[in-house]
Amino acid sequence: MSPSNLWREIPQRYRLEAAFCPKCLTTYFPPRELCTECGSRELEKKKLPTRGKLVTYTVIHTPPKGFELYAPYIVGLIKLEDGTHLTAQITDADPDKLDLDVDVEAVIRKVKENGRDGPIYYGYKFRPILNANGAPERKC
Amino acid sequence: MRKVAVIGVGMIKVDHHWKESIRSLFTKAAINALEDAGNPDIDALYVGNMSAGQFNKQENLAPMLADALGLESKPSLRVEEGCSSGSAALYMALKDVASGMHDFVLVGGVEKMMDTATNDATFIISTVTDQEYEAFTGLSLAGINAMVMRLYMNKFGVKRESFAKFVVQMHENASKNPYAQFPFKISLDKALNSAPVAEPIHLMDCAPIGDGAAALVICPAEKAKDFTSDQVDIIGAWKASDTFLFHMRKDFLSMKATIEASRNAYEMANITPEDVDVAEVHDSFSIAGILAIEDLGFARKGEGWIAVEEGLISPDGETPVNPSGGLKARGHPIGATGIYQAAEIVLQLRGDAGKRQVPDARIGITHNTSGFGTSAIVHVFKAE
Ligand SMILES: [Zn+2]
Repeated sequence: MSPSNLWREIPQRYRLEAAFCPKCLTTYFPPRELCTECGSRELEKKKLPTRGKLVTYTVIHTPPKGFELYAPYIVGLIKLEDGTHLTAQITDADPDKLDLDVDVEAVIRKVKENGRDGPIYYGYKFRPILNANGAPERKC
Repeated sequence: MRKVAVIGVGMIKVDHHWKESIRSLFTKAAINALEDAGNPDIDALYVGNMSAGQFNKQENLAPMLADALGLESKPSLRVEEGCSSGSAALYMALKDVASGMHDFVLVGGVEKMMDTATNDATFIISTVTDQEYEAFTGLSLAGINAMVMRLYMNKFGVKRESFAKFVVQMHENASKNPYAQFPFKISLDKALNSAPVAEPIHLMDCAPIGDGAAALVICPAEKAKDFTSDQVDIIGAWKASDTFLFHMRKDFLSMKATIEASRNAYEMANITPEDVDVAEVHDSFSIAGILAIEDLGFARKGEGWIAVEEGLISPDGETPVNPSGGLKARGHPIGATGIYQAAEIVLQLRGDAGKRQVPDARIGITHNTSGFGTSAIVHVFKAE
């Protein structure tokens, strides 16, 4: 990956910017040029909520090249409070205590390095919201 | 459209072919198919290959392989559709012959994966997923399958044992297949207890990395009689796709592309899932195999694992699935896989499948997907 491709994804990676179709109320993350639900080409910018629920997750032990230093790590499918789904690493979590449907919130973290001289990639990850006992919250 | 027949098949055992180059591997499979067909003059060449550029640092594959076969003066094309590149090549070759443009077409698939290290190969395979919003998070293709497997286990109350039973069945089938990478049986204990790759997926849930090449010769059905008495026709074919990002799916527990591709291919062939006598399905991971059994219509949603446990998909069952051993045990040299599947079905329908022959097979299908169901291609074959 190159600096330009890092740079152009910053609104999504740092601020969770999505596209919103005012005609049929569908949200797209990442943003796109047209609405595949109603065909509209007039999409607006929308900032996603930063809280949601963990729909499912995996603990990666055999990582793709570039992620060797971080394994094992958790990647999850998240449903945000507005119903939008996205894929993200789950951080600050014990895989043995994690479960489906736990509440999660967005944080900014380092994602990976790109060799000795390349840029460092940052982006959203999600962490479980802990209750007063330090256990993951699960409202449902 | 003209009816199209397969008149020759060729396969190389999936393996670590240290001594073979991508060129020699493909050429040997092609020669096998040409000899099986009775050496007709070939009018065009199609090659399915996912990523010679990344695995072998070799692009511009079609003219290279055409030259190796002495076909450099004929039209040759490489077709890429991720893990379903083999079936994509057949899909294009089929339309070429059906349209009347060419008569005798050689269609093959090749992937030479073993020249790269495992973490490189895992990365190359993950390039079939969205680079910015899936691979960027460190998610592998195994990881997407693992998220689905966890959800499936939770929703339908299924344990890892049930997936392991599918793996045991695939190995048992492969033990009778001379082209299989893993031609041996394994115990349930071994299938269950291996190193975690992307939990809940463990190593034995995954198709292996390997080198392979396979090829077919197809021609108009009316010309097939001159070359073979065991003609197999391709009577249906369809390709469908789904949202490229997994998280955009409306249903995380089925592959819509498989449902759509099979529905249209069955309709073209004028068959129902009950008519299928043998199927080669895309079990890149055990969960993908279970979903395929459901989404192709052989079992209801959430009951694919029951079909495995009750023996419905075993070689003497109602709908034998992957008599070759599937991607899991026959092997999954990515861009070649769809052609291995087609070659297996043709052998089954000719009655030439040796010890792994399923009884009374007249209609067979192949099912080849890419990514996690971003594409699915289904072909329907029938013994004449
Ligand atoms: Zn819309």
